[in-house]
Amino acid sequence: MKAEKSTRWAHWQEKIVVVLLFASASVSVITTLAIAISLGIEAIGFFREVPLIRFLTEREWTPLFEIKKFGILPLVCGTFLVAGIAMILAVPFGIFIATYLAEYASERIRRFLKPVIEVLAGIPSVLYGYFALLFVTPLLQKFIPSLSGFNALSPGIVLAFMVLPTIASLSEDIIYAVPQSIREASLALGATKLQTTFRAVLPAASSGIIAACLLGFSRAIGETMLVTIAAGQQPNLTLNPLEPIQTMTAYIVQVSLGDVPHGSLEYRTIFAVGLTLFLLTLVFNIFGLFLRERLIRTFQRLG
Amino acid sequence: MEIETVKPEIKTTVHRRRREIWMERLFLFAAWVTLLLTISVLLAILSKLFADGLTRINWQFLTSFPSRRPEMAGIFSAWVGTLYVMVLTAAIALPLGIGAAVYLEEFSHRNWFARLVELNISNLAGIPAIIYGLLGLQVFVRWFRMGESVLAGACTLAIMSLPVIIVASREALRAVPNPIREAALALGATKWQTVRDHVLPLALPGILTGTILALSRAIGEAAPLVTIGALTFVAFLPKSPLDSFTVLPIQAYNWVSRPQHEFHRNAAAALIVLLALLLLMNSIAIYLRNRYQQRWRI
Repeated sequence: MKAEKSTRWAHWQEKIVVVLLFASASVSVITTLAIAISLGIEAIGFFREVPLIRFLTEREWTPLFEIKKFGILPLVCGTFLVAGIAMILAVPFGIFIATYLAEYASERIRRFLKPVIEVLAGIPSVLYGYFALLFVTPLLQKFIPSLSGFNALSPGIVLAFMVLPTIASLSEDIIYAVPQSIREASLALGATKLQTTFRAVLPAASSGIIAACLLGFSRAIGETMLVTIAAGQQPNLTLNPLEPIQTMTAYIVQVSLGDVPHGSLEYRTIFAVGLTLFLLTLVFNIFGLFLRERLIRTFQRLG
Repeated sequence: MEIETVKPEIKTTVHRRRREIWMERLFLFAAWVTLLLTISVLLAILSKLFADGLTRINWQFLTSFPSRRPEMAGIFSAWVGTLYVMVLTAAIALPLGIGAAVYLEEFSHRNWFARLVELNISNLAGIPAIIYGLLGLQVFVRWFRMGESVLAGACTLAIMSLPVIIVASREALRAVPNPIREAALALGATKWQTVRDHVLPLALPGILTGTILALSRAIGEAAPLVTIGALTFVAFLPKSPLDSFTVLPIQAYNWVSRPQHEFHRNAAAALIVLLALLLLMNSIAIYLRNRYQQRWRI
């Protein structure tokens, strides 16, 4: 009797637990939906007042001024300028480091260097901002006197080291995963190690390396505190890295810190900007993940 | 006659080989320069920070509230707020993360739902922190009426760190050998009893390691908390989860964006305290991971 009772209790417990576990697994799906809905609702409110065509084609962004202009272009341009400067440095650096670690470094050096590079990813972005504003910018001003106190160049350079771990470690994983048979085939044909690395291994891993760069770029355009601190608060449609600019993320911070009443048009602008940023990163992430997954499957097939 | 036709070939081979060796040296040189540059940037960041801020850290700094006068200001409300948010975030994220991981590893069949969740998790991990801030502002602050509170901040950070926690927990669960599950099931335990009494305890150190690392990432991040309305000037300690608050990175941001040099020193000092906290958490994580490896050898 007692045994039967406890079995029944265990049976019920099992059912409740499965429901609870299922619910916690669903949280991730709910999160995605919640992001889409919460950004979407306010953004729809925004686009009711400001037509999409103005948002995409106007060349000025002055929603907090008397004469309001709602062209997202300067913010997108600022974001891509900083992220672009970062990628110019981070892509070659990342590929060098990844190739060296995966193909040339001994196990001991690998074990020492990988965590050192990972540390860069663990540094809070406010500290990167502090470093860019108070160390890199004054340093650069010695060489470029026309550099203003806030600019795209200095945070761009620092941002390169912030996304370097992402690009280097994702690329290294994929280079390391290139099937041994490809290396052996190349070496057996008389190729040197360098030829094998650059003409057999890296081409085999190329789509994975591109994926790593896309994911790094998506991280770069979403970075917030570093660019808020060091790049300035002036939406500026320019490709000149010496001038102050404003990124999409910095604009969201600027409005969040101010006294903008909930429900006003100014308040809704941050959701319109947020939605734009979200869609941009989503495109890069999905494309990057797709390339990476496809290559990993190919490698698995080749054994 | 024959010798003369062979000679240039040998010449080009030697020439090529030599160029090959030089190219290899050039590549290795470039790789080492890049690595040295990376490490020196890391060292430059730390030395700049410590040179500016180390002398500012004292008892007064740790136990004072922010102030208009830089030499009177301190980070009392900021570090208490950081700890408060962190504990609350862990309390929310840990059960959800473990639950999701256990479901995906131990209970789910390889069906469309599991695939959807997996796809979602890898996508969520790539979404910028500030977008989570907007989510928190809309959902927790407005819809759930939590206000600009510690609770809203913790919920936001918990949602943000969930993908990392789930991935780490799944790896820890996968590392538990199957014979342990089979032995428990063979003795008549239900699936949940097997997981609760045997699999989870063995996977827990690995899960905690991943969680601590995810949390240390989350509390260093100021952006989502700025968006949900964490304040930059808080002259009181949060008493309930519904009080408003500030955290170390936001306090540091506030000081860094002022023109006076004295405030920059304060920012550096606040960032040193934040780094010390992150270092402590990472050490705990590494300690747990080492213990975990030892347990497997037995």
